[in-house]
Amino acid sequence: MTDWTASDLEIVRLSLKVATVGTVASLPFAIAAAVLLARGRFWGRGLLNALVHLPLVLPPVVTGYLLLRLFGRRGVVGALLESALGFTFAFRWTGAALAAAVMGFPLMVRAIRLAIEGVDRRLEETAATLGANPWWTMIAVTLPLALPGVLSGMVVAFAKALGEFGATITFVSNIPGETQTLALAIYSLTQAPGGDAHAWRLVWLSLGVSVAALLVSEALARRIERRR
Amino acid sequence: MTSLTAEIRHEFERLTIDIRLDLGGGLTALLGPSGAGKTSVLNVLAGLLRPDSARIAIDGTTLADTARGVWVPAHERRIGYVFQESRLFPHLTVRQNLAFGRWFAGRRDAGIGMDEVVDLLGLRALLTRHPARLSGGEQRRVALGRALLSHPRLLLLDEPLGSLDVARRQEILPYLDRLIAELRLPMIYVTHDWAEIQGRAQTVVLMDHGRAS
Repeated sequence: MTDWTASDLEIVRLSLKVATVGTVASLPFAIAAAVLLARGRFWGRGLLNALVHLPLVLPPVVTGYLLLRLFGRRGVVGALLESALGFTFAFRWTGAALAAAVMGFPLMVRAIRLAIEGVDRRLEETAATLGANPWWTMIAVTLPLALPGVLSGMVVAFAKALGEFGATITFVSNIPGETQTLALAIYSLTQAPGGDAHAWRLVWLSLGVSVAALLVSEALARRIERRR
Repeated sequence: MTSLTAEIRHEFERLTIDIRLDLGGGLTALLGPSGAGKTSVLNVLAGLLRPDSARIAIDGTTLADTARGVWVPAHERRIGYVFQESRLFPHLTVRQNLAFGRWFAGRRDAGIGMDEVVDLLGLRALLTRHPARLSGGEQRRVALGRALLSHPRLLLLDEPLGSLDVARRQEILPYLDRLIAELRLPMIYVTHDWAEIQGRAQTVVLMDHGRAS
C-alpha cells in the first residue's frame, strides 16, 4: 500500500496544479459575478444567475462537450485564442483547469454572494458619507467583511475541482501526464485488467489529499475568525 | 458652510415629511420626539435616502433638485455623518477607521489633521485597537473623529449621546463642547432631549410629525 511510484506522485501533483489554477483563476470572475448578483439592479440579472448556475444543473458531460465546442481547437473561442495568442486549452492541463473552474464556479459564486449579502449595508452607507465611491466601498469595506465567505467559496470550488471527472474527460480526454488527474487515473485503472492494486494505491492518495485539503481550510477559517 | 437651504417632501407609509430648513453656520438643533422624522431628514441631507422631492443647496451649490433630476450621490456631498449606532468598520483598527475618509475622499492634506483630532477626542491610547474592544463611549468618540477627518463642510449628528448611560454621556459632552468651540464646523444635532442642546445650539428647529413647528 505504501510503495507509491514517482508517476503516482506526478498524478497528485497534476491534480493539485489543475485544481489550484482553476480555483485561483476563476476567483476574480466569481467575485465579479457575486457582486453583480448580490448588489446589482440591472436587466438580465436573472439570466446571469441562471447562466452561473448552469454547470450545477447540466450533466457534466454536456458541460464538457459545450467547452469542447467553444474552447476546442476548432471551437469559436478556442480557434480565436490559438490564432491570436498561440494559446490553447484543447487536450492540455490548462483545459482540465478550465473544466475544473467552470464546474466549481457556481459553488464559489454562491458562497461569495451569500457573504456579500450578509454584509451590513449601513456600513457601506457610512463609507459613502466618508467620501468613498461605490468601487472603493466594495474593495475596502464589503469584500474584506465578506472574506470568510470568499475563502469558503474557494475551498468548495477547490474540492469540486479535485474530484471533477465528467466535464474534464469529455473536454480534454484522459492523457497521462497532461490531463489525467487522480479521478481520471483511478477510472482508467479500474477499466484495465489487473489494475486494481494500483487503483487502490491511488485511492489512498486521493483520500490523503482530500483530508489534508479539509484540514488546511479549517485551520485557515479559524485564523480569520480569530483576527476579528 | 455658511448657509444651507433644504426643502424636503417624502411620504412614508405612516409619516409624511414636509419640511423647509434655512440654516446658517453654528450648531442647529433638530429637536423632536422619536418618530418625528428627524433621522430621515438627516438621511436625505446626506444623500442616503432619495425622497419624493427635494431641493438642497449648500453655499449656492446644489446637492439635490429632484424636479430637474439632480441628485449628488452621498460620497460627493462632503457631509459628515455621525450615526446613532457608531457604525465603525469592524475589520479596521481605530487608526484605520479614523483615516478612512482621508484615504478615499481625495482630500488628504485639507483641514483638520489626524493628530489634532486624536488629541481633541482623547483617542491616543485607542489607536491600535479594533472597534469590538471599545466601550460605547469610546466608539462614539472614534465615530466623531472619523467623520471630522473626512473634512466635511457640514456635520450631521444623530442622537450622539443616545444609547449611552449617564456616565458615558458625561464622558462625551466635554469633547462635544470642545468640538463646537474650536472647529467652527456647522453642525445639525438631532435629539429628543432639550437638555443636551440647551446653551449649545444657536438655532433650534422643533420637529413633529414630519414638519417643523
